[in-house]
Amino acid sequence: MAYNLKEVMINTPSRFTAGHRMCAGCGAPSVARMVLRAVKPEDHAVVSCATGCMEVSTFIYPYTSWTDSFIHSAFENAAATLSGAEAAYKAMKKQGKLPENKHTKFIAFGGDGGTYDIGLQSLSGAMERGHDMVYVCYDNGAYMNTGIQRSSATPKYADTTTTPAGTVIPGKMQSRKDLAKIMVGHHLPYVAQTIALGNYKDLYEKSEKAIYTEGACFLNVLAPCPRGWGYNTEDLMEINKLAVDTCYWPLYEVIDGKYHITYKPAKKLPIEEFLKPQKRFKHLFKPGNEWMIQDFQEEVDRRWQELLDLEEMTNKVEA
Amino acid sequence: MGIRERLSGNEAAAIAMKQINPDVVAAFPITPSTEIPQYFSTFVNNGQVDTEFVAVESEHSAMSACIGAQAAGGRAMTATSANGLSLMWEMIYIASSLRLPIVMSLVNRAVSGPLNIHNDHSDAMGVRDSGWIMLFSENNQEAYDNLIMAHRIAEHQDVLLPLMVCQDGFITSHSIENIELIEDDKVKAFVGKYEPKHYLLNDKEPIAVGPLDLQTYLFEHKAQQAQAMRNAKKVIADVSAEFAKLTGREYKFFEAYRLEDAEIAIVCMNSTAGTTKAVVNHLRDSGVKAGLLKIRMFRPFPAEEVAAALKHVKAVAVLDKADSLNGAGGALFEDVVSGMYVSKVQIPTVNYIYGIGGRDTTEKDITKVFEDLKDIASNGEVNNPYRYLGLKEEI
Repeated sequence: MAYNLKEVMINTPSRFTAGHRMCAGCGAPSVARMVLRAVKPEDHAVVSCATGCMEVSTFIYPYTSWTDSFIHSAFENAAATLSGAEAAYKAMKKQGKLPENKHTKFIAFGGDGGTYDIGLQSLSGAMERGHDMVYVCYDNGAYMNTGIQRSSATPKYADTTTTPAGTVIPGKMQSRKDLAKIMVGHHLPYVAQTIALGNYKDLYEKSEKAIYTEGACFLNVLAPCPRGWGYNTEDLMEINKLAVDTCYWPLYEVIDGKYHITYKPAKKLPIEEFLKPQKRFKHLFKPGNEWMIQDFQEEVDRRWQELLDLEEMTNKVEA
Repeated sequence: MGIRERLSGNEAAAIAMKQINPDVVAAFPITPSTEIPQYFSTFVNNGQVDTEFVAVESEHSAMSACIGAQAAGGRAMTATSANGLSLMWEMIYIASSLRLPIVMSLVNRAVSGPLNIHNDHSDAMGVRDSGWIMLFSENNQEAYDNLIMAHRIAEHQDVLLPLMVCQDGFITSHSIENIELIEDDKVKAFVGKYEPKHYLLNDKEPIAVGPLDLQTYLFEHKAQQAQAMRNAKKVIADVSAEFAKLTGREYKFFEAYRLEDAEIAIVCMNSTAGTTKAVVNHLRDSGVKAGLLKIRMFRPFPAEEVAAALKHVKAVAVLDKADSLNGAGGALFEDVVSGMYVSKVQIPTVNYIYGIGGRDTTEKDITKVFEDLKDIASNGEVNNPYRYLGLKEEI
């Protein structure tokens, strides 16, 4: 059946409720809500969450926004914690300690700090062990919860509180880590990069596939942060659109090692369009700093081309 | 009447785990506890248990997975030593604050650095105030028995705290000794089913675990944890009494060995108690009234009971197999003397740091301590309460 936003909204009541304290214009809550909408209404979910904005804004004792079972234990271990819950599920199911006809899905959420950096080992371990779970990284490109410090997901030249755009060093001098490809290197059944775009079709469909593909699956979702990126809160969806139309954040999925780019912009926009509305890149537009934009563009182009090549290579039919 | 066997401490722990048949075991290899998950995974792969064995990539993930599994509604167990426990440290506190009755075998080893794989108690001492119940074991039999009792204690509704069973690395873990095992069906009946009130996998009552807990509530939650630790005393006494009925093996908070009429006494934990008993017997043969107080229940600490048991003694030596590097004395020493002080028991007491990094502690060393105690008892003076035993050179 073709995706229809209205039907999804009507048929699947939100499992992530209002009243949480995420900022206006934050990309993360809509990611949580939409990913969970992809869980079949008859299924139960156990959600694990890394310490970060999402956790501290959605579960402040004694209130919670999560209608499914939820566990947070620490920053770097959302994957390991969930892997234990999934192992208990398997053992208890096998012994008849849980109802036979009821299914539980296991979903972890972590920001880029908790996923690319401090949680990478725990994530890699859980993915390699093949637990039947989905790890969702909501990537806002810095440690936003502690006040916008650089992470390995922070784009090059971004101004953060630990890579300030100074007079000698103009922001972060390193490129971002490509986490989705690291996950592909784990030979998982399903890896995808997605975003809350337009009617959420891409995010919803990839979430559904990840949740209902057996084994360890990974979703990397760009989730802009108005405080860290410095855009107007009402412009969230526009920023998302620019991220994909400039090919800064390509949308693709890798199914059993085969790459499929799920969105190829009809007209690939120059990277300035994405950088311009964000205060963290303000210094790139100062006279004399054109080289930074040019360098940024070259890297985006190189990575986009690499993706196109990977798609072609992994789908080549044997002659 | 039990099954007579010859097992190492690690084998004994693994067999206890097999008989307990937990839902999840998540563990990472580290000397000298490695054999426990090793033996256990053989039980898993040969279908002798229903357990999911999660071969995690670190001890931090081992404890994280145990937390996830126990919160999900399963019984979770693990084993580790030294740096493994250090890496778990963050999750050790979280496990107890989430009130998850996880059970761990801690095979005591020196914490780095420098690197050393042999026995002392610096690993256990590093988590002594983390909210875990801590039971110490003199030998393989006690390591086994304490594990069989562990879930009944930890899972009790008045407690709901994680529990670790300690035994000495190599000295106990790798030494094969006689042991009496309990029949599988009797263990199963004794341990019972795990029926948590609230758990993640109950789809009829979803729960949220591990909140952001701010100024309004955290204090009360920590006070509840502390109360649970106090409650554990009665539960440990009750479960141990029930265990004694089943096996004939009696366990108290501590073992008072020839202490009743003793004039000089040593307080220690784990395998050193065995050596001390031998020395006490020799001394008794020559008319010296020596005794031993062997701590089994280190957390909660039986402060009043220890003070009461020592009150008639003329001099006490507390042996710490971990130095506290605080300029004042070892952890067990401080617990014992503060317990005595609060109970108004004023006895000359001396602390010996010993056995660090696996340094052998022989009957000769223990005899030396008793010789010192005789002097202290006769003149009532402790010139240096913070001493070393078995150190090759004076510092």
